[in-house]
Amino acid sequence: MTQQLILYPLLLQMLLAIILMFFWRKINAQRIISMFGSLAHLAVSITVFAFIWNNGTQTVQAGSWEAPFGITFIADTFSATMVLLTSIAGLAVSIFSSGSVIGDRLRFGYFPIFHFLLLGLTGAFLTGDIFNLYVWFEIIIISSFVLITIGGEKAQLEGAVKYFTLNFLASMIFLTAIAVLYGLTGSLNMADLANKVAAVENRALVEITAILFLIGFGIKSAIFPLYFWLPASYHTPPSAVSAIFGGLLTKVGVYALVRVFTLIFVDDVFLDQILLVLAIFTLFSGALGALVQNNIKKVFSYLIICHIGYMIIGLGMFTEVAIAGTIFYLVHDIIVKTNLFMISGLIYRIKGSNSMRALGGFYANYPKLSLLMFIPLFSLVGIPPLSGFWPKISLITASFESGSYWSLAAIIFASFITLVVIAKLWAEVFWKDATEIPVRPKFRYFHAIKNIKRVQIIVPIVFLSLVSLYIGFGAEHIQTLSARIASELMDNQQYIDAVLNTQTPE
Amino acid sequence: MEILLAIIIGVLYAAGIYMILRRSLVKLIIGIILLGNGANLLIFLLGRITEGAPPIIPEDSEVFLEAYADPVPQALILTAIVISFGLQSFAIILVKRAHKVVKTDDLDEMNATDEDS
Repeated sequence: MTQQLILYPLLLQMLLAIILMFFWRKINAQRIISMFGSLAHLAVSITVFAFIWNNGTQTVQAGSWEAPFGITFIADTFSATMVLLTSIAGLAVSIFSSGSVIGDRLRFGYFPIFHFLLLGLTGAFLTGDIFNLYVWFEIIIISSFVLITIGGEKAQLEGAVKYFTLNFLASMIFLTAIAVLYGLTGSLNMADLANKVAAVENRALVEITAILFLIGFGIKSAIFPLYFWLPASYHTPPSAVSAIFGGLLTKVGVYALVRVFTLIFVDDVFLDQILLVLAIFTLFSGALGALVQNNIKKVFSYLIICHIGYMIIGLGMFTEVAIAGTIFYLVHDIIVKTNLFMISGLIYRIKGSNSMRALGGFYANYPKLSLLMFIPLFSLVGIPPLSGFWPKISLITASFESGSYWSLAAIIFASFITLVVIAKLWAEVFWKDATEIPVRPKFRYFHAIKNIKRVQIIVPIVFLSLVSLYIGFGAEHIQTLSARIASELMDNQQYIDAVLNTQTPE
Repeated sequence: MEILLAIIIGVLYAAGIYMILRRSLVKLIIGIILLGNGANLLIFLLGRITEGAPPIIPEDSEVFLEAYADPVPQALILTAIVISFGLQSFAIILVKRAHKVVKTDDLDEMNATDEDS
């Protein structure tokens, strides 16, 4: 029973997606199945997380083919945490989609594809096989292509062409890297690779493979010179889709980077230097990009890029404190970014616009909602005691200890610019006097939709805000968690032993 | 054989990247197809090209007796071909729709999403 426990989140998502396909045109049934299914997924993920927390790393060898010959599924604390975060964000976006995505989109298979996307994410977090990771990535991007184009508006298709091309290129580079790695070592199992790569004589080729992985995952996680597809496409689909993309898609790239560079390509000073430089540029360019945008969703898109920098910078410094900071930031960022895009959706529903110049008077007209939106917006900035503050302490401490003062400067600069951006957004959207926005005749405004839908839009925002508050006020728990993950990641022998010494059950 | 394959792979990658960098949408698709094929051939080449029997141990023995061909790269390529086939068909439909809606096949004119709104 408990042997296969870590596969249940995966199987549940797959089952959900398949069941939903049988209800293709019955969108009300789909809404209900998706919501309750996501709730069940959250329950399963919590069970898995609790089990891993108490019993340590668990592995499952598919078909009982022992590692390194079969496909391994492994859940260490890092994987279990990511699966848990996926199901929290998945539940919120599932409820939000029921309320905010219009029926025409739902009739073309929105929910089944949404659950296939979550399936891909869960799989990517749980797999212990590098080629299997590639396959999960493909499931993720194929689902995301459908989600980004569903509806077929002009902007969506333009954004999708760019999104498609760059993500396809990233996959091909990733595949090339796997091919070279297989040629070098003759293995695909990540734990086995960790052993074999360390023994390869041809270090130059290993370095090049590592760079290929860096580029492949770098495009997916939108780090400095490779991020231009993100602000060109993330604001085009409905807010519910942007929310799941912004919350989880770039983070799966970060997850893969952290996994590959703490497990397979370790002790590489050259790579760490590259990561640091890229992270510093990512922080600067994302922050400055956000400063000049007018569309709220584009501001958030640039802030995604900026805050990816924080995670990469922790990875680049490669000390235990820094990695703990990266993990904490990842936890905080998934929740907050998902919430921010849902908020931009709510603002769009209420006013029919996402332009900062056109919006205004929110605080005077909707004081309660404004207070609600205050939480994620200022969590993002990291005003103590909100959630963005704590990981920065770890990152700043780590950059002092490792003496990389450029990173220190970049961290402080980027968080200052984030503050400026959010303050500007607050002043424009919430404090400025309300302006006249021309009424759109066919648009379904917030006050005109049914009560139940309004609840479905508000509840997930409240839910994620509460999670954010918990991360902020219960920072000690998250800090313990990220410290444990960091110590597991730094000592990769534990992971290797868990995979390679597993006794298959008789 | 290896040299020949290596050259072909290099040409496919170079041609693929070049085609993706062109402005026309159709050439974009051709580039994607070439790049996908290049990657598949690369896995094939790096899995070592050996002439050998299928990797099946004969009934009356415990170990492999003769040289055998590594089945893993072939399995990988099969998976990768199916995936890239799916992606390519999606790309063709996407480009067709985009051409119909945006009314241009010039990538330089598809810049509405980068403009201030």
